[in-house]
Amino acid sequence: MTVSLDHYLLVSGLLFAIGLAGVLLRRNIIIIFMCLELMLNAANLSLVAFSRYNLTDTGLPNYNAQVFVFFIITVAAAEVAVGLAVIVALYRARRTTHVEDLNRMKF
Amino acid sequence: MASTILFWIFAAYMLAFGAGVVVCRNPVSSAMCLVMSFIALAALFVTLNAYFIGVIQVLVYAGAVMVLFLFIIMLLDLRTEVRRAWNLTALVGGAAVVFGFVGLLLRVLKSSPLYHVGKAEIWNTHLDDVREIGFTLFSKFNLPFQVVGILLLVSTIGVVILSRKELK
Repeated sequence: MTVSLDHYLLVSGLLFAIGLAGVLLRRNIIIIFMCLELMLNAANLSLVAFSRYNLTDTGLPNYNAQVFVFFIITVAAAEVAVGLAVIVALYRARRTTHVEDLNRMKF
Repeated sequence: MASTILFWIFAAYMLAFGAGVVVCRNPVSSAMCLVMSFIALAALFVTLNAYFIGVIQVLVYAGAVMVLFLFIIMLLDLRTEVRRAWNLTALVGGAAVVFGFVGLLLRVLKSSPLYHVGKAEIWNTHLDDVREIGFTLFSKFNLPFQVVGILLLVSTIGVVILSRKELK
C-alpha cells in the first residue's frame, strides 16, 4: 500500500483543524498566535503534496508550488515578528495576555 | 513500504504534538510541542522529495521563529494559566466549527477519484530541487520576489517602531 494524495490532504486538514480548534478555544493570545502558525503550515503541507503528485513533463515535481511555500514561509516569518511586537506593546499597556481581558480597542 | 511506515509515524508525531500545543497549559510546553510538530512536518516534506523546503522549515520555523516565540514568552514572564470558567457558547461553537470542517474535508476527499492518485515515480534522475526552485524564483516569480523583499523591509521598520518605549 503506497501513500496517495488524499492521505497527505487528510493529515494536512487534520493539522489545520487542530490549529483552528486552538484559535477558537484557547484564551492566551500567544498560544492563539502559535495555532495560527500551525494552520499556515497545514496549508504548506497540502501545497507541497500537490507539487509532488503533479509531475511535469520533465518528470520533476511542479516547483511553482514549492516557490509558493517559500513565499508563505517568508511572509509568516515577517508576520510573527510584527505580531509578537504588537503583543509586547499590548502587554506593556495592559499587563495581560488573556484575550477576555483585552476587550477595548482604545486604552 | 518503508516510506509508507515513515509517513504514518511522522504524521502521527506531527498531529500528536500539534494537539499538545492546544492542550498544554504552560506556554513554554506549548512552544516546545510546536517545535517538535514543525520538525515532524519537515520530515513529511522530505518524504515528498521537497528537500529544500524541509531544510528551510527546520531552519526558519523550528529555528528562528520558535526562538522568537520562546524569547517573548520569557520576556513577558508568562506563568501557567489559571483555570477560568469555560464560556459554554464559545466551546460549543468552536467544537461545531472544527467538527464541521473535518466532516466537510472527509466528504470532499471521498467525492472524487482524483484525490486517490498514487505517487508517481520521479524518473528524471537530475532531481536538484534547490536549483529548480532558485530558477523558478528568479525567472517566473521575479516580481513577487522583489515585493517580498519590500515586505520584509517594511516589517522590520514596523517592529522597530512598535517596540519603542512610548507609542505615539
